[in-house]
Amino acid sequence: MDQTVKFYQTGTFTVGNRLLSEENRSVQANMQRTNSLNSGHRACQGCGEALGARYAIDAAMNASNNQLIAANATGCLEVFSTPYPETSWQIPWIHSLFGNTAAVATGIAAALKVKGRRDVRVVAQGGDGGTTDIGFGCLSGMFERNDDVLYICYDNEAYMNTGVQRSSATPPAARTATTMPVGPEPGNVFGQGKSVPLIAMAHGIPYVATATVADLRDLEAKVKHAMSLNGARYIHIFVPCPLGWGAASHDTIRLARLARESGLFPVFEAEFGEVKSVSKIRHRVPVEEYLKPQRRFAHLFGKNPAFETIARIQATADRNIRKFGLLEEAVS
Amino acid sequence: MMKKPFAITLDVGSSLANHTGSWRTERPVYLDRLPPCNNACPAGEDIQGWLFHAESGDYEQSWRSLVENNPLPAVMGRVCYHPCEGACNRGQIDSPVGINSVERFLGDEAIKRGWKFEPPAKQSGKQVLVVGAGPSGLSAAYQLARMGHKVTIHEAGPLSGGMMRFGIPKYRLPRDVLDAEVQRIVELGVTIKYDTKVTDILESMKTGKFDAAFLAVGAHIGKRTYIPAGDSAKILDAVSVLRSMEGEDQPMLGRRVIVYGGGNTALDVARTAKRLGATEAIIVYRRNRERMPAHDFEVEEALQEGVMIKWLSTIKQAGDSSIMVEKMALDDKGWPQPTGEFETLEADSVVLALGQDVDLSLLDAVPGLEIKDGVVQVSKNMMTSHAGIFAGGDMVPSERTVTVAIGHGKKAARNIDAWLRGASHEPAPKHEVAGFDKLNPWYYSDAPKTVRPVLDIIRRQSTFEEVVGGLDETNALYEARRCLSCGNCFECDNCYGVCPDNAVIKLGPGKRFEFNYDYCKGCGICVSECPCGAIKMVPEQI
Repeated sequence: MDQTVKFYQTGTFTVGNRLLSEENRSVQANMQRTNSLNSGHRACQGCGEALGARYAIDAAMNASNNQLIAANATGCLEVFSTPYPETSWQIPWIHSLFGNTAAVATGIAAALKVKGRRDVRVVAQGGDGGTTDIGFGCLSGMFERNDDVLYICYDNEAYMNTGVQRSSATPPAARTATTMPVGPEPGNVFGQGKSVPLIAMAHGIPYVATATVADLRDLEAKVKHAMSLNGARYIHIFVPCPLGWGAASHDTIRLARLARESGLFPVFEAEFGEVKSVSKIRHRVPVEEYLKPQRRFAHLFGKNPAFETIARIQATADRNIRKFGLLEEAVS
Repeated sequence: MMKKPFAITLDVGSSLANHTGSWRTERPVYLDRLPPCNNACPAGEDIQGWLFHAESGDYEQSWRSLVENNPLPAVMGRVCYHPCEGACNRGQIDSPVGINSVERFLGDEAIKRGWKFEPPAKQSGKQVLVVGAGPSGLSAAYQLARMGHKVTIHEAGPLSGGMMRFGIPKYRLPRDVLDAEVQRIVELGVTIKYDTKVTDILESMKTGKFDAAFLAVGAHIGKRTYIPAGDSAKILDAVSVLRSMEGEDQPMLGRRVIVYGGGNTALDVARTAKRLGATEAIIVYRRNRERMPAHDFEVEEALQEGVMIKWLSTIKQAGDSSIMVEKMALDDKGWPQPTGEFETLEADSVVLALGQDVDLSLLDAVPGLEIKDGVVQVSKNMMTSHAGIFAGGDMVPSERTVTVAIGHGKKAARNIDAWLRGASHEPAPKHEVAGFDKLNPWYYSDAPKTVRPVLDIIRRQSTFEEVVGGLDETNALYEARRCLSCGNCFECDNCYGVCPDNAVIKLGPGKRFEFNYDYCKGCGICVSECPCGAIKMVPEQI
């Protein structure tokens, strides 16, 4: 039973690793990475969306041999990257309306098909507002028709660029400009929730995945796999927003990590409506650890902590853990 | 100018024109912090530095980096009490990196592959006398020779190694290992004159035309204590017992051996007695285990081998076949006080392991030296109050371990070199220590420590074979890669990856990174996500 132990210090937890062979290294570790979203953009300090977009689009560029066109919904990502006449994008990029980016991408894919350019691939990208609310109809249509587009949603859980208004991705109890922490149920209400990844799965499309900016290697692997497929594909990336969440700019990745480790944001991938794999929790944490560093949840703590509300949020996390099997099986 | 598409009046520009660095109030800067292991090493090894090379499997480079500070890695990999491991940040994640075992692996590898020291680029023409071929003397001689000085060691005994040979049993340090590492120092150009006892240091320096001297004669006179004893009682001292193990005639200790004392030497003697065939080896110590100066793992190994320890006891009287001990009780301050309760133990011999004194007779003719508590006082630069005479190791005030001695040798060599050039040696200021709070341990893979194989108990009771085995290549590599590289960039690319503004420039393998302050907004993600704490934020000067 001699087994060679392979151990690489930080393994694939870090962005790069000099101990791994070249082909096992990440796109982001490469000195020649595309930097699809270049320096000089006007995103806030520590923007999770800017980071997530570069991670995803660089990986898509790498996987498509740099033959990529992106359609981009209105939202932070569009506003901070392209104030006229400047652009941070180093790829062919088109700004759609707030709600129709899936349809615009469908059009580009159709045009490419007519032109016989099978080598050129199409992505559509938007924030949670443009995806889960305003663009939802177009997105569902794109799924249902199985158009050859990879749609990427950068989820920062509210309309950030217009001043932090609630979206259907805003979590319960969170403070936004439109869900103030006043009254008997302060912050956002406990609704039914709206998981667009699960809705996408219900369309039975070839590929659906979730990811966070805290796990680059996982994110890159998912984009790469999605790019190897044709038809409608959907990746939902969790991107903390320091400004809208009232968090320190240096905590962006930490918060994404805590969201995953608490079970509040399940990370998984699915093919044709079936879950194929989940990222297991490595060091489980209670939801308080994730909530506390964010001022949008500050009203839950302080002198009179809202134990009941915190318990309800914890119950959501526990349900995710059960539903997706996020914990390692105990070794007996 | 108007050849533009409909409704477009300006040329498309790049956002690179927008220097977002102007938003910044704090800036990240790269720095090297002092890893706790390096900080704890009495020999001043750059442990993180040599592990870095071992991690990529470049063992020769790793060894060369190691021997910058310590010429005896195969010895140290066996006998060092590794305070580095006690300080290791990895201990707060799972267990400390087995630094000592990797050091031993590198030392053994160097012997196996015949790696040699690089000779000095040029000779200085200066001559230095080193007195004593123990760890401190050898370390100083090696460092001085590398600086181009001509070094001669005068050794009173017939063999090199000092306490490494005459104080440390073979089961902890095989002699061929010691010989091989000393031989490598000799091949660098150091002359060792054996059976040459220095009786008057000034005289020896004059006759040999030496420009400076480093004294490292060690402490090898066993301390005695008064025990009322019968004529036929057999009372020996630990140093003589261990020394005679090196000769033809092994000491006659009998079947029931009592060792008096609580230091590492007491354990060495008791374990040696077991190996010589004693059925009982009992250590009598006046305090309890918590207060015992011996290292815990040595106590553990001794107990496993069947050594017994009589805690809280002092010897009142020794007869020819028994001794009388008195039970002690610790007072409020932890000092043993007699209780008046007595007990008789059978004993064929009693070995005293109560510490050692220094033979300072070679200094008798040197005027104005300061001697306190039986050891020579030296200044910060290791020089005695007589110009040009330096001293180190067990003969100066310090903790008496091989590692400390090697550190003294290196430090003295640097000061001697400076003194010979009429300069003074200013050690570089120490970096701030990279404490655990500076790390982001999330990024390190989970992995417990590789434990060195320990010889079966039965085998080691009766033989002088080495007790602790070595790592082989695969597990040495594994062990090295458990290093967290505290405080020093190991090029994991995290800063390069996690910057939302592409404001980190990757310079390529071995060259690390630099910040592009034109675009860095000062968010601090790189600092938070640097696994090893090699970046910090500093306020912008406005």
